[in-house]
Order: sequence, then structure tokens, then C-alpha cells
Amino acid sequence: MKITALATVLTLWPFFASADVTISDGWARASILASRPAAAYLTLTSNQSDQLVAITTPIAGNVTIHAVETDNDGISRMVEVDGLDLPSGEPVTLAPGSMHLMLMGLSEKLEEGTDLPLILTFASGARMEISVPVLGPGAMRPQEQQP
Amino acid sequence: MSMEPSETSPKARLLRTILWGTVILVIAGVAISWALDMYLGNGSKTVRYSGEADIRSEFSLTDHTGQEVTQADYTYRWQLVFFGFTNCPDICPTTLAYMASVVDLLGEDADQVAPIFITVDPERDTVPVMAEYVSVFHPSLIGLTGTEAQVAEATRNFRTWYERTEDDSAPDGYFMAHAGHIYLMQPSGEFEAVYQEGGQPPEALAQEIRKKL
Repeated sequence: MKITALATVLTLWPFFASADVTISDGWARASILASRPAAAYLTLTSNQSDQLVAITTPIAGNVTIHAVETDNDGISRMVEVDGLDLPSGEPVTLAPGSMHLMLMGLSEKLEEGTDLPLILTFASGARMEISVPVLGPGAMRPQEQQP
Repeated sequence: MSMEPSETSPKARLLRTILWGTVILVIAGVAISWALDMYLGNGSKTVRYSGEADIRSEFSLTDHTGQEVTQADYTYRWQLVFFGFTNCPDICPTTLAYMASVVDLLGEDADQVAPIFITVDPERDTVPVMAEYVSVFHPSLIGLTGTEAQVAEATRNFRTWYERTEDDSAPDGYFMAHAGHIYLMQPSGEFEAVYQEGGQPPEALAQEIRKKL
């Protein structure tokens, strides 16, 4: 089942009142141990050139955007992305094995079947509150959500 | 007349010696390499063979139930081996979930394949941590840990690589950079093939493994 969360855009700056970001296919993977970092994924489409600059959640101390760089020898390194560029009208996808939101310092384990609240802040000043479903620890894609 | 040869002759002779020497060396070199090639068979094949033979399943580690194990404990099965660490938020859960799907897709043939996860972060990934971690992915997934030296030796034998990366944003201040390969090893412990999650859907890998069994 495809999850589409079209959240309310709270524009902080009246100049960018037209800023509109659509979030789709958002989900998080249940964390295995409370002390282990968890990952969340989503697809963002902005109707104007923008940048995702910060993500917070009440249940994690710290959320960072990570890209995974794999070199020719197959060595994977995580690289922190300071601001995620959102070209106008182009969907940007965070998915397993590539970009992800890393949630650290979880106050509780991410339990399958619950929802994870996320607050996204954009360079345009837009702020968005969304909530994504927590899928099983073995989930690979949003479609794997159990009804 | 007598001056000319005595002046140029030593120079010319030296030059001639060097030139002929070079020609002879080149001919000898070509002949030797040709002879070796004929004797050993196709050159590129020989190189490839030794490269593959270098990767071998050889380790002395502790499994997630606390048992000390070596590769000999899995010799009756093919091994699907992945190196990672439990503080890894994305690649490791993704790859282990992928390996679990492959094992499920093998169905009745699954008992001929041992899925093995070896940590490159033994400092944090102790036996109880590994036990809780692997059980989440698949009941047959085997988690292996050990001392720093034992893990280093295992990675050397698999010709894989890992490195501690200091990062303030990471839990405990560090990540482990590591290769994302999944090794398919023969029951004898010899190298068969290497894959990566994302390289093919789990159905394709399961089918490929089934053909080899």
C-alpha cells in the first residue's frame, strides 16, 4: 500500500508562501535494540527549488541525513549530508542502501506497527510535520507494510 | 689508419655488446614467458585462479550462542557470508534482510546454506548483542564475533576490508566503514562467488544458488 502524506506546510516566511513539498513513501525500520540507530526513508518532491536542512523527532536525540558512498572496491562509507537539495519538481528518494535518515539517541525502541513523527525544516523556511509508519526490521520498501 | 680503429673500436664494441645483449635479453624474455604460458596454460586464467583461491573461509570465532566455532563447523553447507556491525543503520540491516529473503526463497534447499554475519565491531558486538540482533532477521542466521585479532584474521582470509571511522554524529563516536559484499563459499571453504545487495533481486540470487547446490 502506498502511503502518501501530504502534510500541512507552515510557512514561516510569507515570501515563500507558495513553497509546497510533497512527501510520499515515508517509512521507518523498526529498531532492533533501543541503543542502535534506526533508519527512516521517504521521497520528497518540492514544487520549487529548495533544500531540506533539518529533521527532528521528539523520540530521537539527533536525526541526520546520510548518504552511502560505495567505491569500486565495494567499500561503503556513510557521509553526512548537511542540506538535501530538492530541485524543483524532481522527486528525491531516500531508500535502503543509499540515502537515509539516521535516528540516534532513541528514547524508545521503534516498534513495528507504530508511527514515527518527523518535523522537517526547509531552507525556504517551510516547516512540515509528518508521521511515517514503522515497518518490520526486515522491511525493504514501503510496499511491504502489513495491512 | 691504425689510429681510427683504436679510437672508435672500444666504443663501437661496447655499443655493439650492449645492443646485442639487449636483443638477446628481449628474445630470452619473450621465449621464457611464452614457454611458461604454454606450460601453465592461459595466462589470464592462471592469474584469476590464484586470485580466487586467495579468498577462503577460514576463521576461529564465537557464534551468537557462545560456542567457539571455526569454518569446519559449516563444511557440510554452503556459506553465505556478510561482514558488518550492529550499529550500522542502513547497509547492514538492508543486506541481512536481503540474505534472509534469499534463505526463505531457497525453501527446502535452505538447510544446505549457512547464512553467516560476522561483525567487524567486536568491541560492541558481544555474544548477547549478536544473539538479539541476528534473531530479528532470520532464525537460521548465524552471528559471529570474537576478539579484535580473531575478527582481523577472518577478514584477512576473506580478503575483505574494514576501518574504524571517528564521527561525532555516530553512537559512541565511531562508525565502521566496511565492504558490502556477500560471499558465497563452497562447503569446502573455497570461494565461489561474490554478490551485493541491490545487484540482483533476492529471487535471482536464490535461483543462482540453487543451481550450484
